Amino acid sequence: MPRLLDRPLNPRSSASLLALAVFSFAACDKKPSGNSAPVSSAAAPAAQPAEVKAAPGPLKIAFAYVGPVGDAGWTFAHDKARKEAEAEFAGKVKTSFVENVPEAADAERVIRDMVDQGNTLIFGTTFGYMEPMLKVASDHPNVHFEHATGYKTAPNLRTYDSRTYEGAYLAGVVAGAMTKSKTLGVVGSIPIPEVIRNIDSFTLGAQSVTPDVKTKVVWVGKWFDPPKEGEAAQALLDQGADVLMQNTDSSAVLQTAEKAGKFAFGWDSNMVKFGPNAHLASAVINWTPYYKNAIQQALDGSWKTGQTWWGVKDGAIDLVAISDKVPAATKAKIEEIKKGLKDGSFTIWKGSIKDQAGKEVVKDGEKADDKLLLGINFYVKGVEGKLPSSK
Amino acid sequence: MSELLLLLASSIDSGTPLLLAALGLIINERSGVINLGAEGLMLIAAVTGFATALATKNDALALLAGAGAAALFAAFFGFLVIWLNANQYATGLALSLFGSGFSAFVGIRYTQESLAVATQRGIPGLSQLPILGPVLFTHHYLVYVAVLLAVALSWFLFRSKAGLTLRAVGESPESAQALGYPVRSIRLAAVVAGSALVGLAGAFVSVVSTPLWVEGMIAGKGWIALALTTFATWRPARALLGAYLFGGVTMLQLHMQGRGVNLPVELLTALPYLATILVLVLISRNPRWIAANMPTSLGKPFYPGS
Amino acid sequence: MIKLEPRAEPARWLALASPVLALAITVALGVLLFLLLGKDALSCLQMFFVEPIKNARALAELSIKATPLLLIGLGLSLCFRSNVWNIGAEGQFILGSIFATGVALRATPESGTGLVVALLLAGALGGALWASITAVLRDRGNASEILVSLMLVYVAEQLLAYLVNGPWKDPNGYNFPQTITFLSSARIPRLIEGSRANIGVLLALLSAAACALFMHKSYAGYRLDVAGLSPAAARYAGFSSRSALWLPLLVSGALAGLAGALEVAGPDGQLTTHVPLGYGFAAIIVAFVGRLDPLGVTLSSVLMSMFFIGGELSQSRLGLPKSITGVFQGLLLFSLLTCDTFVKNKLRFVSSGSRQAVAK
Repeated sequence: MPRLLDRPLNPRSSASLLALAVFSFAACDKKPSGNSAPVSSAAAPAAQPAEVKAAPGPLKIAFAYVGPVGDAGWTFAHDKARKEAEAEFAGKVKTSFVENVPEAADAERVIRDMVDQGNTLIFGTTFGYMEPMLKVASDHPNVHFEHATGYKTAPNLRTYDSRTYEGAYLAGVVAGAMTKSKTLGVVGSIPIPEVIRNIDSFTLGAQSVTPDVKTKVVWVGKWFDPPKEGEAAQALLDQGADVLMQNTDSSAVLQTAEKAGKFAFGWDSNMVKFGPNAHLASAVINWTPYYKNAIQQALDGSWKTGQTWWGVKDGAIDLVAISDKVPAATKAKIEEIKKGLKDGSFTIWKGSIKDQAGKEVVKDGEKADDKLLLGINFYVKGVEGKLPSSK
Repeated sequence: MSELLLLLASSIDSGTPLLLAALGLIINERSGVINLGAEGLMLIAAVTGFATALATKNDALALLAGAGAAALFAAFFGFLVIWLNANQYATGLALSLFGSGFSAFVGIRYTQESLAVATQRGIPGLSQLPILGPVLFTHHYLVYVAVLLAVALSWFLFRSKAGLTLRAVGESPESAQALGYPVRSIRLAAVVAGSALVGLAGAFVSVVSTPLWVEGMIAGKGWIALALTTFATWRPARALLGAYLFGGVTMLQLHMQGRGVNLPVELLTALPYLATILVLVLISRNPRWIAANMPTSLGKPFYPGS
Repeated sequence: MIKLEPRAEPARWLALASPVLALAITVALGVLLFLLLGKDALSCLQMFFVEPIKNARALAELSIKATPLLLIGLGLSLCFRSNVWNIGAEGQFILGSIFATGVALRATPESGTGLVVALLLAGALGGALWASITAVLRDRGNASEILVSLMLVYVAEQLLAYLVNGPWKDPNGYNFPQTITFLSSARIPRLIEGSRANIGVLLALLSAAACALFMHKSYAGYRLDVAGLSPAAARYAGFSSRSALWLPLLVSGALAGLAGALEVAGPDGQLTTHVPLGYGFAAIIVAFVGRLDPLGVTLSSVLMSMFFIGGELSQSRLGLPKSITGVFQGLLLFSLLTCDTFVKNKLRFVSSGSRQAVAK
C-alpha cells in the first residue's frame, strides 16, 4: 500500500493550514539580526552596487570554506591561518567563516550574504567558487575578493595559491631514499592540474635519489572520503608500493600504511599522530603569511588585484616533522633544497623532463614557466597508469 | 601471484561490513519487514561507535555501542511499521534520511579525531602459513565473527525451531497468528536483532576499517547490503558469497587503476554499481525463482485480528 | 494500559491537521535543540522562517531552490502513489543536466529562444531515458526499482565526471574539470532583470497545475490511483500494470531531467561535478510532506527550501552547524509519519484487569 492514508485528504484545506502555520511564523518579525548594508532591490535594472561604507570599527573579513574546519586538512589549514592572522591584528579586524559551502550555485548566495553582513574582504578557499565570486565581485566594486587556487581575476578580485608541488617534491626526495621496492603509490583526489602537478613533482623528487623509481596512482574522485582513501591505499600497497603519498584530505592513507607496516606522508597538516610508525614527514600548507599580508594591504589601502603563487620561499608550504627513520644525508639534502628554493638557486621543474610517452616537455637546461605548470595535464616518465579521460 | 592473493585478502576486508549488514537485513526481511533504513542505521552506528571508541579506547565496547544505537532507532522504526502499520517503505526511507542528518550533526565534533590504529593481528600461527596465511588468517577478528555469524544464521534459519517460526511469520503471518504465535513481537525482535547486526557493520567501518569519522562515510554500503539480500535470495551462505564478490569488484577496480588498465577511470569507479545492477537483473529475472525464495509477506502490513 | 486500535474510518480533522502538527512538533524539537546548543531560539527560528522570505531577493533565492524540489517532488509523488519507488531521481537530474549541456554547447551568440526550448526538452528527454532503464529492468527483469534506480545514481555521477574531465572539458580552462561557461543565448531567461530568479519557477508551477489536472481529473490518473491502492483491483478492471510502471517513471524522469536542465543553464551556467546538489533525495521528503498531492508538494517545496536556506543562514550568521537542516528534515518526516498513523488508529486506555486472548 503506497499511501500514508487510505483517502486523499482535501488538498485545499491542508494547504491553507500549512500556509497558515508558515506565515504565522513569518508574521513575528523580529528586528533584523545586525544587518547593516541596505540590500539592492532585485528590480533594479543594472546591478546597483550596495555602498558598503566600512563603518568606523574593525575591518570585517569573511571566509568561505568548502569543507569542515575539523577536517585536519585543507580547510583546517585555512582556518588555522585565519585565527593566527586575526590574533596579529587584534582589535582592528573581525573575522567570521562559513564552512561546508558547496561549490557552484549555492556559493553565490552565501557570498552575497557575506557582503550584506558588512564584510569588505572575502576569502573563497576553493576553485569552485570562481564563477560565483566573479558575479558578486562585479556587483560590489568596493568589496575585496580573494580566490584561492583560481585563475580568473577582476579589478576587485585576485587569486592566490600555495606551491604545494614543492612540498610534494621534497616528500618525493624522502620517498626515494626510503623505498625498498622502488614502487611508490599516490592516492589522488580529483584530476585537476594541481594534483597532477603534485604527482609529477613527487615522482621527480624520488627520481632525483633513485632514478628508476615508479609511481602508481589511484583516483578516489573526491577530496575527502576516508573509507575510499583507505581502500585505494590498500590497493596500492597490494600492488607493491611501500611508500604512499596522498592528495586527499584525510589521514586514512596514513592509517592504512600504519596498519600494514609501510610508510606514508601527512598532507595539508602535520599528521604524525595518526600513524606514528608510518609517518615519514608531512607537507604542510601555511596560509598565515599570505593572510597577514592581504589583511595589512586591506587595512592600509594598498590592496591591488593580481595573482600570487607563494612557495617555500615565502613560507606557504613546508615539509615538516621529518621522521628519525630518514637517514641524515637525506635530511641534509632536504635542507639544501629548501635553501635553494628560498634563494632561487634551485628549480624543481628544470629540463630535461620527459612525459610518459617519452616526449620532452621541458627542454634540457630550461625551466618550466608558471603557465605550463598551471595547466599541466601529463604524467612524467615513471608514473604508471592513465590520466583520467585522457585520449 | 602474490598481488592476486593480496587482492583476495583485501576483498574479504572490504566485503565484511557488507556481509554483516546483509545478514542483519536477512533477519529483518525473513520476518516480513523491509528495512530501507539500513544506510541511516549504519551511519548512526558508525558515529556512536567512533565516539565510544574515542572515549573508552575499547574497540569491543565501541562495536557493541554502535550495534546498540542502531537497535534503539530500529526499535522505534519497528514500532511504527509493526504496531502502527505505517508504510514500511516510506518509514524506512525516513529513517535513512534522518540517520544521515542526525549522524552528521552529532559527529561534528569528531571530524578531527582519530583512533589509534591496531596493527594486523590475525590468528597466530595460522597466519604464517604460505599462501593461505596472508589471505585467510591475518584479518581483524570481526571478519571471522562475520563468517561464523553467517554459518550460525544459516543453521538458525533452517535447522532450528525458532528459525522456522521466524520464517513462518515471514511467509504467512496470518497462519502463524492462528497457531498462536505473537507475530508482532517476533517481527519486532527480528527488526531489533537484525538492525543490531546492521549497526555492527556500520561501527566496523568507523572503528576498524578507517578509524575516522566523516559525515556520510558509509557511502551507500547500506543500500548495497539491501541489494545483497536479494542477490542472496535471503540465504546467509549466499550473502557471504555476494559480499566478498562485491568487495572483490571494489578492490579490483582500484587495482586496475593502479595498473593503468586502458579504461576510463570513471568507468572503473562505476564498476561495482554496474555489477550490482547486473546481478540484480540476473537473479530477479525468473519470477518463480524469486517467489520461491522471497518471504511472501515482505513489505506488507499485518493486521492482527483480520 | 494503552492500546492502539484501528479506527472504523480515518479521522478527517486529524488528516488535515497532521502536517501542521508535524511541523509544530519539529519546530518544538528544534527549539529544544537550539537551547541545548546554547543559541537564542528566537533568532534561530527567524533564520528559518523569516529571513528566507523577507524581501524580493530572498524570495528570488527561495524560488531558485524550490523550483527543482517542486519539479522532482511532483514526479516522485506520482511514482509513490503508484507504488513505484523511484529513489534514483538524482541520477535522472544528472542526465537531464548532461543532455541540456549537450545542446547548450552548440549555442552561438545568434541562437534564438529555440535553443533554450531545445535545451529544456533535451533535459527532460535525458531524465526520462535514464528512468526508462529502471523501468525496463523492472518490467522485463523483475529487478527492484529501488535498488536499480539508486545504483544508476552512482553510475550517472561517474558519467558526469567522465564528460567534464574528458570530451567536454573547457580547452581554455587550465584543465579544470568543467565545461565552458554557457553563452548568454544558452541561459535560462531571468524573470526580472538583476535577479537570479528565472522562468523555471513558472515552469514548475505549470507542471504542478498539470499534475493536479492529471491526478484528479483524468482517467489515466484515476487508473494510476487504483493501481497504487490495489494492484489486484486494477488487474481485475483491466488496467495495464505495465503502464502503471512506465508512466510514473517516465514522467518523474522527465521532470527530474527538466530540473537538471534548469539548474545547469540557470544558476550554474556551466556543467561541473558540483551541479547535482542532492535535490533528488530531498525531493523524497518534499513529496511525502506534500502528501503526494501537487498542491501539497508545492507548499512543501517552499517549506523545504526555507529549511535549506535557513540552515545556511543560521550557519553563517549564528554559527549553527550545517547538518541541522538534515536533522530537521528527518524530524519533520518522522513526525509526519507518526501523526499520520493516528489518523488510522486511536489510543484507548484499557484497564489492565481485562486479559482476554487479545490478538497480538
